[in-house]
Amino acid sequence: MTANSGGPETVSKHQIDDSPPAETTTSETLEDAWGDEAVIQSRDLEVFYGDEQALDEIDMDIPERQVTALIGPSGCGKSTFLRSINRMNDLIDVARVEGDLYFHGKNVYDDDVDPVALRRKIGMVFQKPNPFPKSIFDNVAYGLRVQDQEDNVDEQVQQALERAALWDEVKDQLDSSGLDLSGGQQQRLCIARAIAPDPEVILMDEPASALDPVATSKIEDLVEELSQEYTVVIVTHNMQQAARISDKTAVFLTGGRLVEFDETNKIFNNPESQRVEDYITGKFG
Amino acid sequence: MSAPTESEEFEFDGTSIKRKRQIGRVFLGLCVGATMVGIVALVALLLDVLVEAWGWLTWEFLTYPPSQLVENYNPANYGDLPTGPGGIYPALVGSIYLISLTAIFTLVLGVGAAIYLEEYAPDTRLTQFIEANISNLAGVPSIVYGLLGLAMFVRALHTGASLIAGALTLTLLILPIVIVSSQEALRAVPDSMRRASYGSGATKWQTVRNVVLPEAVPGIMTGIILSLSRAIGETAPILMVGAATSMFAPPEVTDPTGPFAAMPMQIFEWASLPEGDFQHVAAAGIVVLLAILLLMNAVAIFIRNRYDRRG
Repeated sequence: MTANSGGPETVSKHQIDDSPPAETTTSETLEDAWGDEAVIQSRDLEVFYGDEQALDEIDMDIPERQVTALIGPSGCGKSTFLRSINRMNDLIDVARVEGDLYFHGKNVYDDDVDPVALRRKIGMVFQKPNPFPKSIFDNVAYGLRVQDQEDNVDEQVQQALERAALWDEVKDQLDSSGLDLSGGQQQRLCIARAIAPDPEVILMDEPASALDPVATSKIEDLVEELSQEYTVVIVTHNMQQAARISDKTAVFLTGGRLVEFDETNKIFNNPESQRVEDYITGKFG
Repeated sequence: MSAPTESEEFEFDGTSIKRKRQIGRVFLGLCVGATMVGIVALVALLLDVLVEAWGWLTWEFLTYPPSQLVENYNPANYGDLPTGPGGIYPALVGSIYLISLTAIFTLVLGVGAAIYLEEYAPDTRLTQFIEANISNLAGVPSIVYGLLGLAMFVRALHTGASLIAGALTLTLLILPIVIVSSQEALRAVPDSMRRASYGSGATKWQTVRNVVLPEAVPGIMTGIILSLSRAIGETAPILMVGAATSMFAPPEVTDPTGPFAAMPMQIFEWASLPEGDFQHVAAAGIVVLLAILLLMNAVAIFIRNRYDRRG
């Protein structure tokens, strides 16, 4: 998306609107542009690591209950953007964020937003499977326990493992360590851990990059499945993967710029930018 | 095919290499020699102590208070003594109380400081300055801590020459080492674990409590126990705070403000007495101290192996 849109409800692609976020434009523009509601919206979002700029004026509207893929070459800022959605960048001392990022119309960088509360709505799955050295059950129950959702833990754990397509493989060994699972199972365990507290959005940072092809395809099936109930934002290095599983694709190129953001079909078949076409067709990156 | 002609290019017998190998062997010899000097000296020392203590280390030695008369320590005389046999009992119990109290103080102060510095403190110049000085404090001679303990606890806080003054002084002594080793244990917890916890909507405290600490406990415990086994053998600090050279009853468990005796002091006292046989008594005391020390180290190794999942 190349235009500077103004408000959190504004999702028009080509409309230039400098009005403050509170003044929203009509829902017709919204319908015209996407046909569905944007749950996360970034406006002029910039992230710096010390003096280095990692993201440059990102405007993006991420639709609800769809898969949005972030692709681009290494160091282009796609993971940084992902981490800025649930404020994981807060954990990096030198990181500084400017601009706005709205979740349900609320700027998550406002002073009154508690990042912990935000992360309870926006779960995350990381590049390398990182289960805790605890039992499979305790891994999945972790989010429930820290968020005080301790009613029916057994049921919720089972449900999360079922949704993560792992239940049948681990139901007889819930007490064994999560570290005893294979890499692909560990990653699905991490997905179960992320969805157990029932967030709205799941952020995935190259969740299949450390896995073999079979485990990767299981994760991909799972991502499509999850988008029935959750908004999924997934960073990937693998363009075929983005084409296979995502509804919308954002292409970041060097310098932390978002070059193009559109329906995945359009990006892969008829991109507007020559550089995006070059990147998609493998001329660089 | 003709026979290969003799090559002038390839010096196959390698005289220059042989010479380098010889230098290597000499160096190896020096290194082995250096190792042996240390090991032989240690073994000789231990053997000497064991030989000296042989026959003097009895059950009575462990369970009776010390005596002024060297005859009372000799097992050969146990049958015809007007009083009971002489032993190390009050100092043994005193040392165990002392080290237990030290363990409690160290656990709270050392681990607390390490958690603050590693997990909470911002990485400022002040923090770096504090961390550098904690490392420096680990190198301060123990007698200096003894003087500090004397001025701070015995005099300023009016604890007197008590068990608690001794324990606090030993705590100060090993605190820097405990903080540094606990920090290392915390640092060894992979950041991916912390990220996983924060990503699950955990607060900082929940992350430290549920993820970081359980992972770091084996390392922290190992560091604490090894430090405590250093503290139990320290003489200078408890000498300065005024541990009794000889006490005839163990300190009261319920009253840490009372006087106490400790094994290093008792051994020092025996070793400084003129009668030759007291050297055997001192050696027996040293064996008891060493046995407790080895026991503590064994516990540390056990904990490390038991809980180290990565190992």
